[in-house]
Amino acid sequence: MWTFFHKMGSPRWFYQISGQWLPWIAVFAFGLLAVGTVWGLAYAPADFRQGNSYRIIYVHVPASAIALAGYMLMAFAAAISLIWKMKLAEVVMKCAAPIGAGMAFISLISGALWGKPTWGTYWVWDARLTSMLILFFLYLGVIALYEAFEDNVSASKACAVLSLVGTVNIPIIYWSVEWWNSLHQPATLKLTEESTMHSDMLQPLLIMIAGFYAFYALLLLMHSRSEILVRERNTKWVKELVAKRLG
Amino acid sequence: MQFESLAAFMSMEGHGVFVWSVYAIAFVVLMGLAVAPLRKDRQFFTEQAMLVKREQRSQEKS
Repeated sequence: MWTFFHKMGSPRWFYQISGQWLPWIAVFAFGLLAVGTVWGLAYAPADFRQGNSYRIIYVHVPASAIALAGYMLMAFAAAISLIWKMKLAEVVMKCAAPIGAGMAFISLISGALWGKPTWGTYWVWDARLTSMLILFFLYLGVIALYEAFEDNVSASKACAVLSLVGTVNIPIIYWSVEWWNSLHQPATLKLTEESTMHSDMLQPLLIMIAGFYAFYALLLLMHSRSEILVRERNTKWVKELVAKRLG
Repeated sequence: MQFESLAAFMSMEGHGVFVWSVYAIAFVVLMGLAVAPLRKDRQFFTEQAMLVKREQRSQEKS
């Protein structure tokens, strides 16, 4: 366990091993997303109340779930980077921010475009929507704060603290539909209870969620690998890599 | 297939504009996030190659 932990801290080891995983994860992610999209758009039955607009769920739910899970991952990496000063954790924290911001953006836009035909409005200032907007701003805050510092060490420390403080928003988003009277419908998928969705609609949704998670993993690996190259540019192994590229 | 024609698939009984916009925006954002590290890598290797060549040239001169 400790050897694995120690290895994980080595950017070189991570760069090499993730290079081997990357093509497999890419095939897996694109395959799931292709199947899920076609199934969700063309083959899943229309909703008896919302008609075809509900098909937005196949993008909205996975993006929202990952915006939340991605924030927890970023905060977890932040905690590791603060406690153990692990280089790789700093890289992951930095790279999780723009990807998470992208997912939160998709969640907000898809929610707005789903709201118009369903509620008659693009936006309402209710608990779920507002807390999700705050999550998007927290991600942007981490990106902006990182850019504001000249050196990586101070930037990482400041961003780690901001990430950890921001975790207070996660349970608020998650339970907002139960705590407050919200226009937003309650969760369709629950870990502890049976889903309220018909299986013909649920199956493509589960495939899309798996596809989004795989794509998120792919993006995080790609971004982290790029960041590692820049940070380790003066090390022997990166110089060898550059020399190899030059031929 | 839930739709009888391509036109019905596109219009989705009037909801098409919302549904298709969501899928298009999601596609653009996800692809943008995937292309960013590829461009960063290309820029990195170009810069490093220039540095190596500059070093070689200065070594040749001295």
